[in-house]
Amino acid sequence: MADAVPPVPRRSPLAHMADRLACVGRDTGGALEVAEVPMLAQISVRLDPKGAAADAVGLVLGLRLPVEPDTAVHAGNLTALWLGPDEWLVLGPPGSRQDLESRIREAGGDEFVSVVDVSAQRTTLLVAGPRARDLLAHGCSLDLHPLAFPAGRCAQTTLARAQVVLVAPDGPGAGFRVLVRSSFAGYLTDWLLDASTEWRA
Amino acid sequence: MLLIPCPWCGPRDEAEFHYGGQAHVPYPEDPAALTDEEWARYLFFRDNPKGPFAERWSHAAGCRRWFNAVRDTATNEVLTVYRPGEDRPATTERRRVADGPLGVTSAPRPVTSQAGAARPDSEEGAPPGPKRGAVGAALGAAEGAESLPAGTGTGAGGAEFSGGSAAGQPFRHPTRGRIRRDQPLTFTFDGIEYQGYRGDTLASALLANGVIRAGTSIKLGRPRGIFSAGVEEPNALVQIEAPFPEPMLPATTVELYEGLVATSLPGQGRLAAEPDPARYDAVHAHCDLLVVGAGPAGLAAAAAAASSGARVIVADDRPEPGGSLLGTGELLDWVAETGQKLAAAPEVRVLRRTTVFGHYDDNHLLAVERRTNHLGAQAPEHVSRERVWRIRARHVVLATGAHERSLAFADNDRPGVMLAASARAHVNRHGVLPGRHAVVFTTNDSAYAAAVDLAEAGVEIAAIVDTRSEPGRWADRARAAGIEVLPGHSVIGTEGGERLTAVTVAPYGESAPRREFAVDLLLVSGGWNPVAHLFSQAGGKLRYDDTLGSFVPGTCRQAVEAAGGANGTLDLAGALAEGAAAGARAIEAAGYTAAELRLPDVTAVPPSPPMHVFLVPGEAGAPRFVDLQRDVTVDDLARATRAGLRSVEHTKRYTTAGTANDQGKTSGVLSSGIVAELLGVDISALGTTTFRPPYTPVSFAALAGRDRGRLLDPVRVTALHQWHVDHGALFENVGQWKRPWYYPQGGEDMDAAVLRECRAAREGVAFMDASTLGKIEVQGPDAGVFLDRLYTNMMSTLKVGMIRYGVMCRPDGMVFDDGTVIRLAPDRFLATTTTGNAAAVLDWMEEWLQTEWPELRVHCTSVTEQWATVALVGPRSREVLAELAPTLAVDNDSFPFMAWRDTTVAGIEARVCRISFSGELAYEINVSPWEAPALWEALYEAGRPHGITPYGTETMHVLRAEKGYPIVGQDTDGTVTPQDLGMSWVVSKKKPDFVGKRSFARADTVRPDRKHLVGLLPEDPGTLLPEGTHLVTDSVLPAPPVPMLGHVTSSYRSAALGRTFALALVKGGRDRVGERLYAPVGDRMVPVTVAGPVLYDPEGARRDG
Repeated sequence: MADAVPPVPRRSPLAHMADRLACVGRDTGGALEVAEVPMLAQISVRLDPKGAAADAVGLVLGLRLPVEPDTAVHAGNLTALWLGPDEWLVLGPPGSRQDLESRIREAGGDEFVSVVDVSAQRTTLLVAGPRARDLLAHGCSLDLHPLAFPAGRCAQTTLARAQVVLVAPDGPGAGFRVLVRSSFAGYLTDWLLDASTEWRA
Repeated sequence: MLLIPCPWCGPRDEAEFHYGGQAHVPYPEDPAALTDEEWARYLFFRDNPKGPFAERWSHAAGCRRWFNAVRDTATNEVLTVYRPGEDRPATTERRRVADGPLGVTSAPRPVTSQAGAARPDSEEGAPPGPKRGAVGAALGAAEGAESLPAGTGTGAGGAEFSGGSAAGQPFRHPTRGRIRRDQPLTFTFDGIEYQGYRGDTLASALLANGVIRAGTSIKLGRPRGIFSAGVEEPNALVQIEAPFPEPMLPATTVELYEGLVATSLPGQGRLAAEPDPARYDAVHAHCDLLVVGAGPAGLAAAAAAASSGARVIVADDRPEPGGSLLGTGELLDWVAETGQKLAAAPEVRVLRRTTVFGHYDDNHLLAVERRTNHLGAQAPEHVSRERVWRIRARHVVLATGAHERSLAFADNDRPGVMLAASARAHVNRHGVLPGRHAVVFTTNDSAYAAAVDLAEAGVEIAAIVDTRSEPGRWADRARAAGIEVLPGHSVIGTEGGERLTAVTVAPYGESAPRREFAVDLLLVSGGWNPVAHLFSQAGGKLRYDDTLGSFVPGTCRQAVEAAGGANGTLDLAGALAEGAAAGARAIEAAGYTAAELRLPDVTAVPPSPPMHVFLVPGEAGAPRFVDLQRDVTVDDLARATRAGLRSVEHTKRYTTAGTANDQGKTSGVLSSGIVAELLGVDISALGTTTFRPPYTPVSFAALAGRDRGRLLDPVRVTALHQWHVDHGALFENVGQWKRPWYYPQGGEDMDAAVLRECRAAREGVAFMDASTLGKIEVQGPDAGVFLDRLYTNMMSTLKVGMIRYGVMCRPDGMVFDDGTVIRLAPDRFLATTTTGNAAAVLDWMEEWLQTEWPELRVHCTSVTEQWATVALVGPRSREVLAELAPTLAVDNDSFPFMAWRDTTVAGIEARVCRISFSGELAYEINVSPWEAPALWEALYEAGRPHGITPYGTETMHVLRAEKGYPIVGQDTDGTVTPQDLGMSWVVSKKKPDFVGKRSFARADTVRPDRKHLVGLLPEDPGTLLPEGTHLVTDSVLPAPPVPMLGHVTSSYRSAALGRTFALALVKGGRDRVGERLYAPVGDRMVPVTVAGPVLYDPEGARRDG
């Protein structure tokens, strides 16, 4: 490598809205908290769940790729979301995308496995607080009642007029994670901010 | 909204799915072996059966899987779903979706037997509390009965009345009603200020002030008065003026608030001229049981379900629960107690002021909640004014009650004619006497209870006129209360202007002997219509109930049942029991256990059957109104039947009866009855007109909700958007994207800016944000084969490191999309699509992969937003790139046209592609969008010495058009083949088949007179042809029809050519090069010369710099 190159500044899709999001908690008296969780590693994995690669990939990730539709598996700092019968989205902490991609690709070996880095394709919004479910119900037709959408569930659906991947809260007090295409993130954030007005304290 | 069960994700809203047409129409194995006719049959012919139909669907907004569904095309029910490759299952049984947590059943359930349901009204007329002695004594004790003065209809003389009632409200009863007397409110109606109380409706407050006239009829200009106490109101539709203008609201449903300003209307309102500042929103809700209506049946249903743990929603359109009980004053303690119980139940939600207005497929119901209207100017700004509830219910109990209907007698429209139960409701809900002296005109028992109640409240009941010759036990009670009963009589005429002054009565069917009563109120009851609107909307069939004399819910395929008045059960005890049973059944079907419910005791007067009367003979020449809001009379209906109309749907359209804002709530069944009588048929054979949503009018603002203004449609932006904004770009909408259109500088107009941007790209260096192009990674051992089948040209021969332009066609051979394909690795390709088609192309790929070619080992993944793309264009672009990518060999041999390289640009990992959409030396630099702003700034900095210029879509369009590059969707319209575009070179001759190939051999696609893409040069180099302009052969237009040769698809001013030019689709265009054609523009015939499509650098000399 050349001499010390100054690091390239990076900007997440919602960086310019961080201040406005930060106000939601205060304005709603804690009823709602909305924040971007930027630059998570996101790897699209396509493989035959019955093939050898499924086990091999599961092994390197330390989790079992979920086969039940619309479920999520968390292990350590990784999460695997079911997106289709042969499709998963593996989430990892920021900075781990290259490592994650190559580990999965290697584990896939010669099997018919597709691995694509899609870390920038979507960004993640955390929607938390006692009113989080009510807020999402303004734009999501799924039943988000804890009995119908408990911890461990995820769904690809529509929130407002944007397609999203919705991940149920891990437990009491945790928030929903909303993965949204980066180009729609500004729109969806505007929408969430507008909808949160209702709970302005 | 249908609920479609995805075989993987389970039931989801229809909006998440994409329709793919008839299933089991496989792509022919060898299209080349088919005759043109056989191929056309595959392309264009599909079945269109009534009944079960197998179709392809894609869960487009979910797991993106294609599957098959058998849908009944008559009912829209999805009978079964199955995965591609599976055989179509038998569908004699309707589907039953498992009642899982996400599951909502749409399985049919039997509706309870209607036997004995139709009972005439026999409710107890007495309010709760100490039992009265003789009703007559109570009447005698009622204060003010004689001393209260008569109203004038307009209230103009109100001030002169005192009579012991509330100050300034001469018709206010001193004690009755549920109004808050400690909260007086001031309001204005037709310019006059009045007082009312919190708890009043505008109508009741007007009545309290002696105002009954509330409008003027639309066609005949007759004075009209408050006719009802609810949503069925046909007359008192008013204009709210302040705080925010709103037209045509029934005064009977407008809650009074401080500062309300309203005016009466001549049958038609005015829309607000200024934008509505209020907020509106929507919310989705799910429940095991939705109870519509919180009257006796609805409350009983909810109470039966409340403590079971089932999720229950109760929606009622009034400010407080109770329904008809509020109007009759019965069981109010039970109402309060039940209300508290429901409020305390954790999984029960009670929605007040909420009208369920639509009942759609799979028990999807829409309701509108009026949240802050009743607060007037005090409404908090941050709370939505109205909210649309989108409710998905496993089971629905419709406890929507019944509407009283009127009778068609002479001059039945004067202010002071009022539905009997509504008058009673005004007394008991609002403590208002609708008049002083009344005649009651009825065909059934229910009006007697009203008469007795009103008499007790102080209204002098001059007589009860009953069409029945033997009115039964209720008549005895009325007589005991000192009220004269005239059995076998009817009202034959009325007098009065602003307000009713007299009623003429005669034996039923005769005109003498007559008696005239000087009264200011005529209470009418022609029977009851169950409110079956939602049941009917849900697909339920109504049946005629002969005892009731009206239409009641029959059977429905959805999980819905009606209870109480809505089911024709008008007696209170019956309604309570029916509601409780329906509620229990519904939650038990959902797997819960209903609690034992103790219903309150109700004693009833033994009922007498009602008489079925619609038309009442009266004085000749006097109009007998059927639809008050549309001014439709019996004579109008008679004209319709004389004209030969035999169906109520036709008489409705001919006369407009039932088409007004009230949708015929009081007039619909009356019209049916009269038409039946006119035709001499039975009403049961005639039926009713169809009930359609919405049940009551819903404002567009409420339906739009949050989806307006900035949030009307998603705005998609790239990672570089802020830079474009900061640098003054104007934006163009491309699909949902905002793309920079051009960057005007120093007061430039569009032409000047675009000419400057074009010049920079052709002579120096320019750059644009091309991030919006769709990008799809295609991976797998069969990726090459797959792309060979979808693109017209060969992709499998592309070498790693290289790029190829490709065109995709539909099976009919018409261009669908185009873009470049780059080969990343032997089994990895990256295909780009046009901006607008990114999602459609991915869907297209998935459809072929999943439904036709499941054997191909290929995966497609969208990476549109994984990459930001900057196009660096112009003869100096190489210098700029070289400066920022020191490790990249940029010379033409090392980095030739249509090659790509991984490198770092400005320290950023980048994939640089040497492709050009302008004909100039150009690069597309792809980086992570996180680092795109840094790249863009670096290019701007490095390019500054070369005069680097940002350019937008307009310049891009000009540059590509100068080179004759078509834009799919602008120069094509779904009827254009690659050959039509002059791009035969992109259509492989070697491949045995690809999508569209067979169609290129169809007679239609080889016609010599097909429209070809050509260039056009206006004879005057300054004349810009409007896009869309037609082209003709002669300078003088012949008589129509004028033969059209084609039309202009793109038209620009060119800096490089120093003139205007256009692209056009012209019949046989390639054979017309050099010909002069004419373009009619306004009244001018603009001469143009046909040219080849490539007008700039036809040799391609500039591509390599």
